[in-house]
Amino acid sequence: MRPLPELTAENTAFWTGGAEGTLMIAFCSDCAHAIHPPQLVCPTCWSEGVEFRSVPGTGTVYTYTVNHQSWMPDMPVPFALAVVELDGAPGVRVTAEVVNADPESVAIGQKMKVGFLNIDDVWFPQWEPAQ
Amino acid sequence: MTLAAAITGVGMSDIGRKTNRPAMLHLAEAARRALDCAGLSRDDIDGISTYPGKADNSPGMSPLGTGEVRGALGLKTRWHSAVPDGPSQMAPIQVAAMAVATGQARHILCFRALTESSSQTATRRASIPGAGRARLGGWYSYLVPAHAMSASNWAGWMAQRYFHEFGMTREHLGLVATGQRAFAQQNPSAVMRTPLTMEEYLGARMISSPLGLFDCDVPIDGACVVIVSAADAAKDCARSPLSIEAMGAALGSQETWDQRSDLTTMGAHDSAADMWKRTDLKPADVDVLGLYDGFSIFVPLWLEAMGFCGHGEAKDFIAEGNIGPGGRFPVNTGGGQLSGGRLHGFGLLHEVCTQLWGQAGARQVDGASVGACGMGGGFIAGSMLLRRD
Repeated sequence: MRPLPELTAENTAFWTGGAEGTLMIAFCSDCAHAIHPPQLVCPTCWSEGVEFRSVPGTGTVYTYTVNHQSWMPDMPVPFALAVVELDGAPGVRVTAEVVNADPESVAIGQKMKVGFLNIDDVWFPQWEPAQ
Repeated sequence: MTLAAAITGVGMSDIGRKTNRPAMLHLAEAARRALDCAGLSRDDIDGISTYPGKADNSPGMSPLGTGEVRGALGLKTRWHSAVPDGPSQMAPIQVAAMAVATGQARHILCFRALTESSSQTATRRASIPGAGRARLGGWYSYLVPAHAMSASNWAGWMAQRYFHEFGMTREHLGLVATGQRAFAQQNPSAVMRTPLTMEEYLGARMISSPLGLFDCDVPIDGACVVIVSAADAAKDCARSPLSIEAMGAALGSQETWDQRSDLTTMGAHDSAADMWKRTDLKPADVDVLGLYDGFSIFVPLWLEAMGFCGHGEAKDFIAEGNIGPGGRFPVNTGGGQLSGGRLHGFGLLHEVCTQLWGQAGARQVDGASVGACGMGGGFIAGSMLLRRD
């Protein structure tokens, strides 16, 4: 069974934004710094004015790996994991599974768009090719 | 500028796979051997230090804490510490060095014990953080639930980016794996001692691209003990003290595996750079290296971090034969974790010390007197320079 993240004041917006179909990223409302993983304090200016904003949900593959090892009894393999640099959130990468694509077709520089996998109260971002 | 601290003894249990031997028996065996090595008795030990402390975060990852070991070995200590959150698996050594240098203790027993081989099951694999738990917190809650469960995934995407930027290939990492196996064949304590050819390396099943089976280290059962002594107390020991010339613990990365701005570098680069600021020695002065090899890709990254070659140059440095048997900068001469077994860095330090004492048998590096050790991968790192005067 896939382990789930514990939902907290810091991260609930990130993990549940998919319910509305949007990828939510934490930003500092004072200095506009994008913060990921989300925190309650801005690491740049120490402001506590951290708010979540929707981002376009697109980005570019910075790197990836194709996982061939089944780490749990019910884990289907192979699948690709992509580390994607987000559009609209400078410096932030979101790592997620790649779906609707041949795992071996994933490449650095490829454009991706987000979708969501809902399990219980969590909406996992997943990447699929933008074109 | 040498610290007022030295390594005076090391000991390793008979490590193995699926030994089903309790961790404490491994630990006692390692402790006995370390005391014999140092020429010390149980009553000389007045401090105890470990990483990370007793923890069940993943199966067999750290079955023993300082309290149990104190009790089992009947130690009367003036100082103790377990550091889950310090400069990598090297934290207990670095903290012990500072403790003896400030007079907290004279001889500190630093230990690492693992039973990952015996403890893992189909549903709770070794080194899967939080395996078997319903809800995860902390940095790995952004990776493990997303099915980026294993450090082989995290190291895999670092390797993929490095391959992309610098033209490294699997053959380069194969030279790391086969070279360390050649060393392991000269080390009776290594768990993987059968020859490994490049063809076998390349033909092994993929784990997380571009890393295959032989790019991953081997979970084992075993324990390792390193004795850290105050400089003046070290003079009374059986062997030439191995002075701690310099240490580095700097970290520039966020605490996770996908956000560092340049993933062709690691925390290693921060800690090693800081270490070199504290010594007049240079990489050219180093005779033997112990570099963290949880995955083969960490070896070229550590080589660059430590300044043995420039950024992006490690593939050529390795291909030129610098790090294998007979090389100018031999790395992980006991086989490393890839062939010797995962003792979480302690095994690598054990081997560097063994070399500096001239006790490495068929794999001995002639005249080795300065050793460099780097532990940790990703954002976690600790660096150390040792010298035998």
